[in-house]
Amino acid sequence: MFKYLKQLTSLVAMVAVLFTFTTESMAAKKSKTLKNTQKKGFVRCGVSQGLPGFSNADAAGNWTGVDVDVCRAVAAAVLGDANKVKFTPLSAKERFTALTSGEIDILSRNTTWTLSRDADIGLTFVGVNFYDGQGFMVRKSSGITSTSQFKNGISACTNIGTTTELNMRDFFNSRGISYEPVAFEKADEVVAAYDAGRCDTYTTDKSGLAAQRTKMKNPDEHIVLPETISKEPLGPVVRQGDPVWEDIVRWSLNTMIEAEEYGITSSNADSMKTSDNPQIKRLVGAEGEMGAAFGLDNEWNLRIIKQVGNYGESYKRNIADTGILPDRGPNELWTKGGILYVPPSR
Amino acid sequence: MNFKLKDIGPQLMTVIAVVLVFGFFTYNAQVNMENRGIDFGYGFLSQESSFDVQFSLIEYDGSHSYFRAYLVGLLNTILVSVIGIIFATILGVIVGIARLSPNYLINKFAAFYVEFFRNIPLLLQIFFWYFAALRALPLPQDAEPMFGISFLTIKGLYVPAFIWQNFNIFFYSVVAAIIAIIVIRIHAKKLQESQGKQTPVLLISIGLILILPLLSFLIGGVRLSFEVPVLKQLATTSFIYEGGVSLPPELIALALSLSLYTATFIAECVRAGIQGVGKGQKEAAASIGLTPNQVLKLVVMPQALRIIIPPTTNQYLNLTKNSSLAAAIAYPDLVLVFAGTALMQTGKAIEIVSITMFTYLSLSISISILMNWYNKKIAITEK
Repeated sequence: MFKYLKQLTSLVAMVAVLFTFTTESMAAKKSKTLKNTQKKGFVRCGVSQGLPGFSNADAAGNWTGVDVDVCRAVAAAVLGDANKVKFTPLSAKERFTALTSGEIDILSRNTTWTLSRDADIGLTFVGVNFYDGQGFMVRKSSGITSTSQFKNGISACTNIGTTTELNMRDFFNSRGISYEPVAFEKADEVVAAYDAGRCDTYTTDKSGLAAQRTKMKNPDEHIVLPETISKEPLGPVVRQGDPVWEDIVRWSLNTMIEAEEYGITSSNADSMKTSDNPQIKRLVGAEGEMGAAFGLDNEWNLRIIKQVGNYGESYKRNIADTGILPDRGPNELWTKGGILYVPPSR
Repeated sequence: MNFKLKDIGPQLMTVIAVVLVFGFFTYNAQVNMENRGIDFGYGFLSQESSFDVQFSLIEYDGSHSYFRAYLVGLLNTILVSVIGIIFATILGVIVGIARLSPNYLINKFAAFYVEFFRNIPLLLQIFFWYFAALRALPLPQDAEPMFGISFLTIKGLYVPAFIWQNFNIFFYSVVAAIIAIIVIRIHAKKLQESQGKQTPVLLISIGLILILPLLSFLIGGVRLSFEVPVLKQLATTSFIYEGGVSLPPELIALALSLSLYTATFIAECVRAGIQGVGKGQKEAAASIGLTPNQVLKLVVMPQALRIIIPPTTNQYLNLTKNSSLAAAIAYPDLVLVFAGTALMQTGKAIEIVSITMFTYLSLSISISILMNWYNKKIAITEK
């Protein structure tokens, strides 16, 4: 009898091993990136070299920001721990090469979604986590209050390798103003040069202007002009060719936004499991099979909300409370006058 | 047969290994690019670039092609390298000779300069000259005029532009003066070799280079006027200068830091070269009655140059390659314009990086060939 029991347990163990092997290989078949990420034990995420509110490291090396939270959400979904992320700071110039060459698996670095980037260079944009537009910053003392006061010979500091450079040319050309573009590789040097008085104006995405303003010697001496000269939908990017991974990143972001819509927060997520609303129950893994298609368990979305929070919490923590952009503007939910609208999780 | 195989065997294996490694990388890149839907090709070079560049030697704006943008970057790289090489050489020779000066103060000062500047990373020096010096410069409206006509401000150095009339006549007069000087020099050398007569070549040369162009003004109808930069207000507190020629502070900072850094190495080459000439040579030269100047010019320098040139060539190459650090301070060189903005806008990483690498390789080899030619020319010819 005892002998048989031993054999039985080993048989059960073998079946179990075989079973896990098959389920694992099914997920692996679907997504090489997912398999590699789970094997490594961390998500490889490309971020900026320091943009407060979006991706910024503190003195202890802890990354925070809304872009950072997208990567944390993916880590919570696929690894169960939002802290299992390896962040790689990248300049605007390096970012796409780092992604296409496989050095990182998600690029979440205030990157504008454009046709040529999406179509040409082996990238896929998965969504928008911040609606932005390009603006100009000037010194208050200059007396300039609108871009219509710009005159021939104005010098403008900016970053290379961004849509900013192209928008700037379109803007000045269409108004027939001659200008001197001074383009640096790193944002810190742009700020330093503008702050020193090298340029009359500093141009980049308005969120970036608001964030960089906090880094100036004396932030109150500078204002952001009201005009917005371009559409800059910023969002996370993945490599082309791994549709499952693409879906995981897309729906991790969508989950955060939809959770806010249904009032699910990091503190009440567990209690929402017993909600009467089936949509809410699906978002916290209490109904339906919402993870199987990704090769994930059913509570992947619950973990995102519990560990990272919904989009509103992330925005408040990183952008509003830090004084960068207290007003959410277009980045408010569609139900509250903004344009954040994501497809339903069902 | 056996002997031959032993000889070529290792070479053959090396060639095969190199080919295999390159083949592997090329194949790997091809497969990966295909998987990710990236096309390979140089067709983008003729497309419209649609970005502007701050400073260009040729006419350029965003409506020109990427190839034109490449030329803009290349010319800017060559410009800063040439300026850097000229100043580094002048400064290096002076400091190198100063380090051998018997005067304690000059000697120690030169030694301090060399040790200080060559031991600080170049990138830090570039940042220092750009950001520290930039903050110290006045805004355009506060700038004191230099010689009444030039202005050094945070937005750049503004100097008057020359406006010529009949410039070609002036140009010919200068060319004529140079040709005359060369002829006189050759003649003077012959005269000295055959009859031992000394001709005051230097005085005659200076006279020629001054008088001939002066004549072109007096009787050739050449006129020169200056366009002086004028302050222009853009907004309450923002000003620029209009007219004249403006040199961006990025160019000045980069050329300055490259020269100061490389000059330390050239100074050491010069010192090594001069010290490498035997003491007996100088004493022998002095004992046959040559003046100290003649000793330096006729005996020491020709021998020292043979030691100085090869390591100095290395420094020229280093300076040219180091100019790619320009990207850090917004000087639009090849790396910033082409391997930076153009790469980002097109996403053609492999194509653009390969072109850029090939360009630097060609630049370096050109300098090498030029310097090797000069080295051969001054080498001692056994008679």
